[in-house]
Amino acid sequence: MSASDHLIPVVVSKVVEVNSIIKRFEFKHVDGDELPAFSGGAHIVVEMLDGPTKRKNAYSLMSSPFERGQYAISVRRDDDGRGGSKFMHEKVEAGMKMKISPPVNLFALDLRAKKHLMIAGGIGITPFIAQMTQATELGVPFELHYAARSASQAAYMDSLQDRFGDQVSCYCDDAGGGPDLVGLLSDQPLGTHVYVCGPRGMIEAVVQTATGLGWPAAHIHFEHFLSPPVGQAFSVHLAKAGIDITVGPEQSLLEAIEASGTPVNCLCRGGACGQCETKVVSCEGDIAHNDHWLDDEQRASKQFIMPCVSRFRGERLELDL
Amino acid sequence: MSESLIEESILSRPTYGTLAIAPGLAHYFVADASGAECVIRVAEAAPRDFMEKVHILYVPTPGENALITALYALGAKRFEHFPTIDDAVARLGDWLSDARMGSQLYLAGTETLIGKAVAAAEECGLDHSAVQCEHRGSLARRVQCVHCKTMIEKVTTQPVKCPSCDLLLLVRDHYSRRLAAFQGVCINAEDPTEDIEIREVFK
Repeated sequence: MSASDHLIPVVVSKVVEVNSIIKRFEFKHVDGDELPAFSGGAHIVVEMLDGPTKRKNAYSLMSSPFERGQYAISVRRDDDGRGGSKFMHEKVEAGMKMKISPPVNLFALDLRAKKHLMIAGGIGITPFIAQMTQATELGVPFELHYAARSASQAAYMDSLQDRFGDQVSCYCDDAGGGPDLVGLLSDQPLGTHVYVCGPRGMIEAVVQTATGLGWPAAHIHFEHFLSPPVGQAFSVHLAKAGIDITVGPEQSLLEAIEASGTPVNCLCRGGACGQCETKVVSCEGDIAHNDHWLDDEQRASKQFIMPCVSRFRGERLELDL
Repeated sequence: MSESLIEESILSRPTYGTLAIAPGLAHYFVADASGAECVIRVAEAAPRDFMEKVHILYVPTPGENALITALYALGAKRFEHFPTIDDAVARLGDWLSDARMGSQLYLAGTETLIGKAVAAAEECGLDHSAVQCEHRGSLARRVQCVHCKTMIEKVTTQPVKCPSCDLLLLVRDHYSRRLAAFQGVCINAEDPTEDIEIREVFK
């Protein structure tokens, strides 16, 4: 059972070019119905039918959690990726019908917080836009620190400063760099929760700095969706289904399993949530573990794999599916 | 004073550890006379600049001065002492309301002190993982009568008579972190005439 078993038919109501690398897509229910409720930090999975290829990518909702007539996501174009963002940028137009999953939140605000400290890098800004709307409505203090490579690539920076005033601080790599994390994390009132979404290096820096200063782990939240990496094609035997499947170079193992009609749990499709953890029956070769979920011991055992982002190279891989 | 002698019981019955320095920007200690030695032990083993980040609240036993002197001599950034646990915990609330993330809290002494300080710290937004507790001294319990909600301090007997509603209460291991108290439930509700021996068990 996974969220993407019950897809919602939507129509693309608007496509906006935010800057040279980012587009915003807005979706409405095909029948004009209200879309499911969500909270700030939630994401949806968008199904992309690109000829014979079916891709499913997760994107954070950036629209207001109090507005259920439509959803909005922003997609950063990645020309070196598997083609999902490229498809969104090149093929998706207003009026097109698509399918999306109901929202799932793996990056929710902790409502016990006395203050929310949000740190965004690049396209990692999107979940915070919904969270700031929610925090404003709840009347809980928040601060956003938003770093981008350059002002021209900093999506929504101006509009966020207009909307949220001095609760938003912006940083550009070409104008002095990111926030002073030690200074920032040393001067937060007790009961603050910190949230970070952005490149891996930024997440690691925030988590390490906060931990070193004595922040409890329960007050540190991060979200890092991985895109399934491209790689060489490989074959896998699904033991329960009794079939062999081939995973294409730009396909993920999860997508190949789904394409074969074999049931598999999944949620985030980005190596973070743990839902698709699958037992390995036998493995003659090497698993490229690309997830954030399995620990070192589990990886070394070669008994588990996260099909959403991990790949295989070797003679034979047999999974308990 | 000897180490804590709390026995394992149901999950809600708190157990305590041994204070050890955790990474942090500010370190708050609260102790009563039975826990003072724990504060001294941690301070004496600490790196040189540690005491500059330390704030100590102390509840002495009446008339006792030696431990006040010893704690003062540790050279903490702030040191204050108060005649009662409630006064010291109220002061802790003042301090924590101005505190920053990266604060660590260390509690040493009786369960009443620990329980009240934990509840105050949680109210201020301090995560329980930033609180360490070391039990010392009496095992006397703070008990709430579930029938009339009276708080009974320093309970050492099993059962105990509620001073407010006169019911005879079984002191359970069921502990409320919010109330910082154990639960006391009528032990002879079926037959109030039943004669039950009252024994001192929480010494």
